Amino acid sequence: MNLADYRRAARTWLRENAPSDDYQEADGLTRVKEFMAALYDAGYSGITWSKQWGGQGLTQAEERVFDEEARHYTLPTQVFSIGLGMTGPTIVDRGTDAQRERFLRPLLRGEEIWCQLFSEPGAGSDVASLQTKAVRDGDHWIINGQKVWTTVAHHADWGLLLTRTDVEVPKHKGLTMFVIDMRHPGVTVRPLRDMSGRSNFNEIFFDNVPIPDEHRVGEVNDGWSVAVTTLLHERLSISAGVGMGGQKDNPASVAALREVVDTTDPLVRDELVELHIRSRALALFNQRLAQEAKAGIFPGARGSAAKLLLAELALYQADTGTRLVGPEAALADHPLARAISLAPGMALGGGTNEIMRNIVGDRVLGLPPEPRVDKTVPFKDLKVGTQG
Amino acid sequence: MKLVLSQEQQELREAVRAFLSSASPLPKARQGYDRQVYARLNGELGLSGLVVPEEYGGAGAGLSELAVALEETGAALLPGPFLSTAFTALALTLAPDKELLSGIAEGRVTATIDGTELPFDGTTVSGTLARVLSGMDADVLVVPARGAGGVSMAAVDLAGPGVTRTELETLDLTRGQAQVVLDGAPARVLGPAPETGIFDRLCVALAAEQLGVMRAALDSIVAYAKIRVAFGRYIGSYQGVKHKLADMHGKLEQAESIVRYAAWAADESPGELPEAAALAQAYVGRACFEVARDHLLLHGGIGYTWEHDAHLFYKRAKADEVLLGPPRVHRVRLAQLLEL
Repeated sequence: MNLADYRRAARTWLRENAPSDDYQEADGLTRVKEFMAALYDAGYSGITWSKQWGGQGLTQAEERVFDEEARHYTLPTQVFSIGLGMTGPTIVDRGTDAQRERFLRPLLRGEEIWCQLFSEPGAGSDVASLQTKAVRDGDHWIINGQKVWTTVAHHADWGLLLTRTDVEVPKHKGLTMFVIDMRHPGVTVRPLRDMSGRSNFNEIFFDNVPIPDEHRVGEVNDGWSVAVTTLLHERLSISAGVGMGGQKDNPASVAALREVVDTTDPLVRDELVELHIRSRALALFNQRLAQEAKAGIFPGARGSAAKLLLAELALYQADTGTRLVGPEAALADHPLARAISLAPGMALGGGTNEIMRNIVGDRVLGLPPEPRVDKTVPFKDLKVGTQG
Repeated sequence: MKLVLSQEQQELREAVRAFLSSASPLPKARQGYDRQVYARLNGELGLSGLVVPEEYGGAGAGLSELAVALEETGAALLPGPFLSTAFTALALTLAPDKELLSGIAEGRVTATIDGTELPFDGTTVSGTLARVLSGMDADVLVVPARGAGGVSMAAVDLAGPGVTRTELETLDLTRGQAQVVLDGAPARVLGPAPETGIFDRLCVALAAEQLGVMRAALDSIVAYAKIRVAFGRYIGSYQGVKHKLADMHGKLEQAESIVRYAAWAADESPGELPEAAALAQAYVGRACFEVARDHLLLHGGIGYTWEHDAHLFYKRAKADEVLLGPPRVHRVRLAQLLEL
């Protein structure tokens, strides 16, 4: 099928099958799972994944065409995004054939939901300092510890879990990756309320949870290189989404604010002009990155610059919007009150602004790395987490 | 919308960059306008005729291509009337004059343009132009002239009678300005002055130069941060320096995106040009100065010395930021165009 035919078919399928309303999680996941199964059966899930493991075996060109068509809809695939964008591709790249056979098709068809278990209370930006332990016990491993910031864990069937298996070696060299059954006794999922009042994340506790060795991903103590694979896919899926969302629902956009503020006031006008300038600057940068990707130029670490700028813009917009609107923006149900509460999340999730600046400095500008005191020290001798 | 350079545009960039790095390296930029460099720039690369239509002997390219060239002349802080001639050529594409355009395309004529409207008695213009870009170097001045038949575009021979030029000492050491007093200076009418469009194109062209200035400034401080050591470490390894450089990179990426967009709009989507042009000056002008300022500061004390090149970029960036008026004019235009 040529691309034009592919586009027509995708457009038709979306028109007939994309849901017209927002699916609420309160309905349970029945409807979103039904939609995901239909999407898979129509050939639009795992477009570039190998046929052998349940994908369509097509190219990025088809995937791009589908994404372009799908942009006109809000598809209820959010709950599957960790699996599709991060843990699934990791199993594709680093899993065993038995793992690919077992996990990928149900993941693509939405039958099983995945989460990613890397961050811990003491290991955020510096995730390689994590302390959740995996201890070998015959043909199993026993897990004890705690993870945090885990999106969709409360729905998840499986988790991609990074653990410490050796404290005698430097921190990056004693980690091992597993797939863990999130329904197993000993796994406790607690919702974590963020500053906006929502519970999008969870904290997870592992109390003597066994994992069969065949669910280990990669070699023992080679978990860091597997995690790097996952994080690469994470950055790609974040930067692919950056700037694609419209501003129509953003209460701090120029379009929304001009309806509620006095635009005859020259000071207000200049604030709106500045908002416009910054929004357009980033939107055009994202469009340029997208055009480059189409032309085969890989954005690489420049995607981190886009992510950093988006985080700064979101805070700036909400901050300016609340200042322009005034006292009513301080009431909790005002859209701008929600915006100002949500805004810091963008600057923290998927790598803080400081980490993004390190990445841009090191990998885009090629600056010398920060000297490291933690790379050669055995983990047991290293300071980690929050020290009193 | 096209935001990525084509193969041909990349080749043009490489050619201009290679030429300028050998013919006009930075130490030479301090010495001012070199007619021979300018002649080769036009002879070997045909840059002055880039936007001149083919029927007048030019390459018939668009502002997108001119922007590529201006980015490189900006990065090199090329002295002389290249920007002013490019400005004039852009204006003349809206009021075509064969003699002047072919002269520019051949590299015979350098030109400059000023927006001050002068009274025109049918044969001569009079008045004082306080600050004319490259006014000492350019051969011809193009100005709006108001006569009996309305406002025309008129050309004045700057070496001709009735013209007194006084060189001004400018902040920017690499590009001059002149006070030009016209007292019955013979003027040739080129055609009716276009209602709109000239100023927008100048905004975009200047933004392209500013993009080059900021890119070169960032490159310079990034290179220094990789070799300069303090407290036993390369300064680029300190987050206090690295994070600032990362932010400067973000400004550069956005500035480039805006310049490509605005140049594309000028060539392909005139309806979008006014807003794109105002956006280009409002964003890129500021970003360029901020990057040039921080690049100077991050050099430390050496960046404050006369001998170091940092102040050349800093001063060019400031001079460019205010060249087409106080920056608020671009912001006011944006507000008007957005119908705020």
